[in-house]
Amino acid sequence: MRYAKASLFVILTVLLVYALNRPWGVVPAFGPLLSPFVGFWQNAETTEAADEELILKGTRAPVTVVFDDLAIPHVFAQNDRDAYFAQGYLTARDRLWQMEFQTHAAAGRVAEIVGDRALELDRYNRRLGMGFGAERSVKAMLTDPRSRESVEAYTAGVNAYISQLSPAQYPLEYKLLGYKPEPWQAIKCAYFLKYMSGVLALGADDLNMSNVLRRIGPAATADLFPDYPFREDPIIPVGTSWDFKPVAVPATPPNAFTSSEPLAMKWPDHDPAIGSNNWAVGPQKSATGYPILANDPHLSLSLPSIWYQMQLVTPTMNVYGATMPGAPGVIIGFNKQVAWGVTNVGADVLDFYQIRFRDASQREYWHDNRWKPVTRRIERIKVKGQADVIDTVLYTHHGPVMYMAGQKPFAKNVPVGYAARWIAHEESNDFLTYYLLDRAKNHADYREALRYYGAPAQNFVFADVARDIAISPNGRFPLKWKDQGKFLLDGTNPAHDWQGWIPAAHNPHVKNPPRGFVSSANQSSTDPTYPYYINWQFAPYERGVRINQRLARMQQATPDSLRQLQNDNMNVRAANALPVFLNYVQTQKLTGQQPKALAVLKAWRYTNDVSEIAPTIFTEWTRQCMDAVWNDNFPNNDSTTLRYPSFDRTLQLAEKDPSASWFDDVNTPARETINDVLTQSFRAAVDSLTRQHGPLGTSWQWGKHKATRISHLARLDALSALNVQIGGGNGIVNATTERTGPSWRMVVALGPKPRAYGVYPGGQSGNPGSPHYLNMLETWRTGQLNELLFLLSADEKHARIRRRVTIK
Amino acid sequence: MRQIIAIAVLSLLVQLVFPWWSLAVVSFAICCWRSPGAGRAFVYGFVGVGIVWLLYALMIQLRTDGVFVGRMSELLFKTNGGVLPVLVTTLVSGLVGGLAGVAGFFVRQASGNQIANRIS
Repeated sequence: MRYAKASLFVILTVLLVYALNRPWGVVPAFGPLLSPFVGFWQNAETTEAADEELILKGTRAPVTVVFDDLAIPHVFAQNDRDAYFAQGYLTARDRLWQMEFQTHAAAGRVAEIVGDRALELDRYNRRLGMGFGAERSVKAMLTDPRSRESVEAYTAGVNAYISQLSPAQYPLEYKLLGYKPEPWQAIKCAYFLKYMSGVLALGADDLNMSNVLRRIGPAATADLFPDYPFREDPIIPVGTSWDFKPVAVPATPPNAFTSSEPLAMKWPDHDPAIGSNNWAVGPQKSATGYPILANDPHLSLSLPSIWYQMQLVTPTMNVYGATMPGAPGVIIGFNKQVAWGVTNVGADVLDFYQIRFRDASQREYWHDNRWKPVTRRIERIKVKGQADVIDTVLYTHHGPVMYMAGQKPFAKNVPVGYAARWIAHEESNDFLTYYLLDRAKNHADYREALRYYGAPAQNFVFADVARDIAISPNGRFPLKWKDQGKFLLDGTNPAHDWQGWIPAAHNPHVKNPPRGFVSSANQSSTDPTYPYYINWQFAPYERGVRINQRLARMQQATPDSLRQLQNDNMNVRAANALPVFLNYVQTQKLTGQQPKALAVLKAWRYTNDVSEIAPTIFTEWTRQCMDAVWNDNFPNNDSTTLRYPSFDRTLQLAEKDPSASWFDDVNTPARETINDVLTQSFRAAVDSLTRQHGPLGTSWQWGKHKATRISHLARLDALSALNVQIGGGNGIVNATTERTGPSWRMVVALGPKPRAYGVYPGGQSGNPGSPHYLNMLETWRTGQLNELLFLLSADEKHARIRRRVTIK
Repeated sequence: MRQIIAIAVLSLLVQLVFPWWSLAVVSFAICCWRSPGAGRAFVYGFVGVGIVWLLYALMIQLRTDGVFVGRMSELLFKTNGGVLPVLVTTLVSGLVGGLAGVAGFFVRQASGNQIANRIS
């Protein structure tokens, strides 16, 4: 009996410890997580105030790091290698989980952490050729001695941090998900780049456009999906002359646009709210006579913050700006002489080729009138708690065959049985561009830096202390016949291949245009006089035209004028559309809340301010209106997926061709007019909002309706910022939507000493237990900027300096 | 009381080096060495181990502003507040410590520490 009791309680104790020491599904291991010695309690940080000396034995000479009041590190190193080492170390200290998780995601290794629910995501990233592309990129990176030094030193710095971590010091997310960090490698920097290409350069409407072509024929397709919008204000000002002699563009092959078999897959619209603004005003418009530059990249807002501020000072550079955890150097920033920023180009750099295999063994495919060998790449996907999954991916010279017929695709934009030709598969050394920009002194250095850039293509805006301003939609662009890749391509025909590149010097660019400013907001790179094809569609022109209108009027500009423009809430789409749409609403048919809503719209000054109600109504109405006009003609179903024409084209129809048959609903015997469509959709929109928010009132306010969310990367609400009350929206200069928005806002005034300002919605630390996790959010929300402390030496005195750390 | 202090001090020391569950070993060992009954052993283990986690957690919560503990409460218990994380932390450690203490007592009883048993 005695023995039985003893055994029983020993076993019970062991079982309890066992149960608490392991995760149960998504429930983390509570024992280690709750322990104040090693668990989440250890991640609760206070503001560090004391100076510190770190012995890491990784630098050639001591490095001094000055931290300001926002915990932003200012690194003073005696050589470049040490600076990148310190960057790697400091970034890991604040952002280790984020940098590892993002590169794991790009590498198709999420299932390793969370189990088989991420298996399809991993399979998708691997079949997209992320690994294939990263392997080629890292080779290019390690070939050039400059990028090699920065990537290797950065890697060593990250590892210097990881190697001294005890489990108690692991970032919170490791404790919640129950795994531990692994050593950093150079290829992870390349994976990070692929991750960004995945965010910014993965747009392809080829599949849906082919289905549209099959449904309505070439003439209607060209009419409804034109290659240049009705309203546009391109990045390179109209009238700019091209300072190069174009090379020959491959001829358009016969039957290039004949449609293929119907394809049954749903298309996730690539998020139109992912874009950016940047601009620079020239000396004639600035109060000081020196240029001022502004940039705000719009991405899916997430925590830990996407960007990490840092100043890097060595004998070859003194650069300050936004870095990205996982990449050495500064990506958007300034030094004593120059400032630069980026927005996404949205080039057509992802195409799909239909592959004809010789037989079911899929060892050969037909191309250029002969059978060519397929190569196979084995992807071994580790899955937490299960056996590895082996996936064989077929590669043609076009690229990986993403999915074969009969296999279930993860992202629905990838056609079955098609090979993906993607710019991110190319060998390129994109870091070198930033390496050179960090050290650029003038316009010539900027032009030189841009030559090396591959993807994702960016509109690089530039300003310098010699009073030059410039902008260039820049990246590696395939030399295509016009509209090559607007539709699915024929993988057997060499005339459909990418046949070369637009010479880097021929990428669109402009320096000191007569209007005295340059700008970009993801709209068309150029007007139709540009001799090469970059894409047939770009982001709508609304942000761009608003920026240009305000900059054209601007005189005696200061950094604050640019800051105010970044927060501009003017809804250009509404200003264009409402005077047209409201004419067609049949007021006698409105009931309930509908007349009140109409009155709100009529009284609106077209600003998407946080307490306005009209933006809520307008946004819902345009959504319903697009469905009402187009869903009958372009319905998505199980056998085919289509897309709608743009809002720009729809508004053009309403203005210029209101009796067009497109407004008729083909599914009803009656013939509907534009009046019917707009009235019906207005009523439906108001009814839907009434169901959602009750009678028209403060609950309809734009800020409450939009409820901007800044989500933690692991989608944990408790670690996110929810229901952030801020104006703006899609197509607004202040491009804050429900989930996306300005991930970094920067304004730099050049001069004898640069003065710069910036903020992002979050903070320097990626640790939810740090006072610097979300401390900049309120500044960002209210449209303010923090002054960026640009130090000239490590000994400089400033009231905002908090502590000094020496790394030896 | 001596046992509680011994468990508290020793469990604190071992947890500085060993995994969290080393507290169970300490509670087990102390109660195996000296404990008058199963109930008392449970109390020794529960209080000795729990008080260390309670005080350490409270110290961290008071030193930081509590915002983070609130977030963790939201994450783990779907309710924002500072009390629940501290309470659950204390309870979890206490249960493990107490159960280990009871196990220690019964092993002591079984392992022929007969005289001690008869006296107690």
